[in-house]
Amino acid sequence: MMDKLSNLPSAIADIVRNEDSVVLGACLEGNIPFCATYELIRQGKRNLTMIAPISDASTDMLIGAGCVAGLTGAWVGNVSGGLGHNYRRAAEKSMPHPIRIHDYSNFTLAAALMAGAYGIPYMPVRSILGSDILASNPEFKQTTNPFTAEHEPVVLVPPLKADVAILPVQRSDRAGNCHLWGSSGVTTEAAIGAARIIVVADEIVEAEIIASDPSRVPFPGWQVSAVCQVPAGCHPSPMAGRWRRDNAFLNDYHLRSREVEGFQAWLKEWVFDVPDHAAYRAKLGERLDALQIKGWAPSAPVNYASE
Amino acid sequence: MSGEGYSTQELMIIAAAREIHDGEVVFVGMRLPIMAFGVARLTHAPNAVGLFECGLARYEPAADMLYTMTDPPNQKGAAWATSLFQVMGLLQGGHVDAGFIGGAEIDRFGNINTSYIGGHTRMKVKLPGSGGAADIAGMAKRLLVIMNHDPHRFVQRVSYVTSPGYLDGGDSRHQAGLDGGGPTAVITDLAILRPHGRDHELHLASIHGGHTVNEVLARTGWDLKIIPGAAQTPLPTAAELAALHRIDRDGFWRNKI
Repeated sequence: MMDKLSNLPSAIADIVRNEDSVVLGACLEGNIPFCATYELIRQGKRNLTMIAPISDASTDMLIGAGCVAGLTGAWVGNVSGGLGHNYRRAAEKSMPHPIRIHDYSNFTLAAALMAGAYGIPYMPVRSILGSDILASNPEFKQTTNPFTAEHEPVVLVPPLKADVAILPVQRSDRAGNCHLWGSSGVTTEAAIGAARIIVVADEIVEAEIIASDPSRVPFPGWQVSAVCQVPAGCHPSPMAGRWRRDNAFLNDYHLRSREVEGFQAWLKEWVFDVPDHAAYRAKLGERLDALQIKGWAPSAPVNYASE
Repeated sequence: MSGEGYSTQELMIIAAAREIHDGEVVFVGMRLPIMAFGVARLTHAPNAVGLFECGLARYEPAADMLYTMTDPPNQKGAAWATSLFQVMGLLQGGHVDAGFIGGAEIDRFGNINTSYIGGHTRMKVKLPGSGGAADIAGMAKRLLVIMNHDPHRFVQRVSYVTSPGYLDGGDSRHQAGLDGGGPTAVITDLAILRPHGRDHELHLASIHGGHTVNEVLARTGWDLKIIPGAAQTPLPTAAELAALHRIDRDGFWRNKI
């Protein structure tokens, strides 16, 4: 099989282009590839459209760093602190520049990605009827169900496909066949619809390990463009069975990003003065060690024998 | 502490727990609602199921402290770990009895704004947005709201409806295509409001101990009416408090004001 192993800076440089739409983490508050957030900022990517149901403070960081022109999402803020200060500055004061906001709810965003993934022309949903999301995002259309005699309003959600999906997993082989366990958010729909996928693997394993349990594969490995091994690449967000959430880190970010100057100092300390993720892990030091899950609660093996 | 052996937050958790009926499937969210789910399971609703938008369902609440619904303790021992679409699809399929949400602004018809203070064309403050709140408000059979009772949050009319309540009152929710549902309880730090009458306007249903009607009226931004027979919110029972203390081992909620 094709060896797609790359390092994160090269993968980001080669695969993410200015103007791209990017799914950066698809599991809501967990499994967010902050390592890629930092690298996008370091490389000065511009005019990205971020697609995310939540993605915690990652989106706020990218907005503040000037990487984002558009936002297609259900929620942008800081799960620990509440409001996203950079998001507010961009939306309210066009700082550092204006962003286009395409409002979604979680379910409608998942429906849009599903339509994009499977070539469904549009998804009819009952959600957001009566909501002003219909008014502030003209991408949605309201119509009536053609299959019922009774007047039944439905919302049509257009398909959504990302240029790039950057998706953390617990383990992957070198060809991009991977395992993800725990809740998966919109991972499958986001990956299948994306033109290019970067897998950010906490661990690289032999192909046999992935093949031993194909039910745990979240998306087709053959659609993957690159695989990067980044242990704790989702820090400060959690990953099932691997890493706990660094809540103090996100609280600190929330406090320091309240003013532009504080955000710039935070960015210098944690992004620009840190050359790569190995240096970031070294800077976290014992703190990262304390977040690592040391316990062992394995699932029972399942049998795939064929005779 | 209220002086009665429980904190206001604990009373809110227990009041929220009473809104969960046995055997129900409920979007529980984080913080107070997840504690309420735990109390309900340990008292009157041992067969309730908790749902989380990230793609999780649980019978038992997580054994350890959660900052977010995706935290590892919530994954371990889940009843179902799957995708967002599958769990939120249960809403659209009519399989979800109730859901909890919070909000920045709520109005007299229970519409909630978590998107734009001032509306999206004349925004004063950009809030984080819907997340899954609009979906839960639109499609759960009952909506349960938990908010602090501040006058600038309890407004005559929200400037943007993120999560639909009864919209303009009367049958306007039904006219919009939302079949059933809507808020049935708004639990605050002072009182519980419920829809009443044909308009479904939120009325004062009960007041927590230590607070007065005038105080609630003063902190509500519309002309709040009182449901006939409104009384004091029932005190937490010994069993409810014991259940809460079993879950809140570190006393996080006990020590709140």
